Amino acid sequence: MTADTTPLTYRVNVGAPPDLRGYESQEGYAAVRKALKELQPVEVTHLVKDANLRGRGGAGFPTGVKWGLVPMGEGAPREKYLLCNADEMEPGTFKDRLLMEGAPHQLVESMIVAAYAIQASCGYIFLRGEYVLAAERLKQAIVQAKAAGYLGANILGSPWSFELFVHSGAGRYIPGEETALINSLEGRRARPRSKPPFPQIAGLWGKPTVVNNVETLCNIPHIVLRGSEWFHALSQGKSKDSGTKLYGVSGRVRRPGLWELPIGVSAREILEEHAGGMQQGLKLKCWLPGGASTDFLMPEHLDLAMDFDTIAKAGSRMGTGLLMAVDDRRSIISVVRNLEEFFARESCGWCTPCRDGLPWSVKLLTALERGEGQPGDLETLEQLCRFLGPGRTFCAHAPGAVEPLQSAIKYFRDEFQAGIVTPAAQAVA
Amino acid sequence: MSIAAATQSFSLHVDDFASIEEEMGHYADPRAASIGALKIVQKRHGWVPDAAIPAIGGVLGIPASDVESVATFYNLIFRRPVGRYVIKVCDSVACFLTGYEEVRDELCRQLGVGFGQTTPDGRFTLLPICCLGACDRGPTLMVNDETHFGVSPQDIARLLERYP
Repeated sequence: MTADTTPLTYRVNVGAPPDLRGYESQEGYAAVRKALKELQPVEVTHLVKDANLRGRGGAGFPTGVKWGLVPMGEGAPREKYLLCNADEMEPGTFKDRLLMEGAPHQLVESMIVAAYAIQASCGYIFLRGEYVLAAERLKQAIVQAKAAGYLGANILGSPWSFELFVHSGAGRYIPGEETALINSLEGRRARPRSKPPFPQIAGLWGKPTVVNNVETLCNIPHIVLRGSEWFHALSQGKSKDSGTKLYGVSGRVRRPGLWELPIGVSAREILEEHAGGMQQGLKLKCWLPGGASTDFLMPEHLDLAMDFDTIAKAGSRMGTGLLMAVDDRRSIISVVRNLEEFFARESCGWCTPCRDGLPWSVKLLTALERGEGQPGDLETLEQLCRFLGPGRTFCAHAPGAVEPLQSAIKYFRDEFQAGIVTPAAQAVA
Repeated sequence: MSIAAATQSFSLHVDDFASIEEEMGHYADPRAASIGALKIVQKRHGWVPDAAIPAIGGVLGIPASDVESVATFYNLIFRRPVGRYVIKVCDSVACFLTGYEEVRDELCRQLGVGFGQTTPDGRFTLLPICCLGACDRGPTLMVNDETHFGVSPQDIARLLERYP
């Protein structure tokens, strides 16, 4: 484990995370020093753009481009905000917890450098309420960083000042959506906002705001210290995407876990070499590449590179990059029913297709699971997939929810069909 | 909960008042401290009593209805009394694959309650929760602020004993 091959995790120690001194002894806060002393804010943004860092929260949007939309210079508003999306709640995803519990100073440093690039005045780590240990450790890291002069007024003697706070949430999945997160942070119900205006122009309290995921941010200090060429090389030519990625596997595999690997390694390498393959007697039935709101892929897709474009071409999304392996003992309908129950419960209720469509899908799936489906149910589910698709709601909750549903129907139509009561059975009943 | 308990007057504890004011200092708009304030009150009382809602609104300078709209939206804010220990069982897909249903069933059997209910002795409340971000160590559950990993039905009796 070295800074050169596994930059995100080489300082991670969940049992005893490095304190300020320990972190500083491992290049900690060197990127803050370098950025503030040697680089103009816009140069940091250019570095991140050149590095081709793409958002690790699931959407894969280029981080430098996102930052580049923030108003800069004399005419820009004095108040600007940097928000860290640490509301990790995408089912199947367990990467940001490790980064925050195991190296809290890394995230604090990352936020300082990112905030410098957009000249933010204040930042918040929007942390899900259940991450109690992470909250404690991040708050402690902020106190230590502030005492060392990395946070607060005139950081390291520069004219720039930046405050950072941990904002601990109170549940629900929807604050993970960036505009819902802003509403939640403002002390409102977490319902998404309509875009435009984009948060970079009018976000938190109407001011320019950038929302970045934990893992995305944690790449920043390393890019600043080692440069964009180094960052490109991290993927070892396996992908057009750059850097490393935290990949993980859950489900009934031999060694479920999380690994920092070059971005673009094959799903097979992750599943078979790192996770040890399926448990004794089980076969892989299908898999989700990166969380509940991605389309299922099949065993024949395992040789694909786990990067944004390759997985998209196969009809899914890399999402958070944490694979979930479904074994052959599971009925696909039961898995999809569980997923849609989650999405139905977590809908904020703002948009009708999402609020009403998702519970409807659960009803149909529950009936199909019991073998009590009616002729036409499958067509109704497919219709729901269209009605809840992109463009029909404010945010990506409903479109995300139908991804596993539509792909399950595509690959396992027979299983769905088998859940429908035959006319003969109906007559007997 | 009796009606009397719900309508009795409420005054914020002096320490809680100070904590809420401190939270307010983190934001450009005091409203942003509403979730924090609800959590502070809940920490002391176990839940957020009705009369606390206008009291919080008073401190933040926002209408009680706004505080209530937040309080009723987020699942970690309890607007009904709960047990001394709130058990939150992850029911999301990774724990579904590793067998949370068996864990849930065993909890229901030993506690004699279902999701959303509190044991008659006021000790435990059982709730479902979304993915706890430890999918490599499922099934997972939380008891108040403590997270437990790799829970099996056989562990339940011993687990419950730790929370008197």
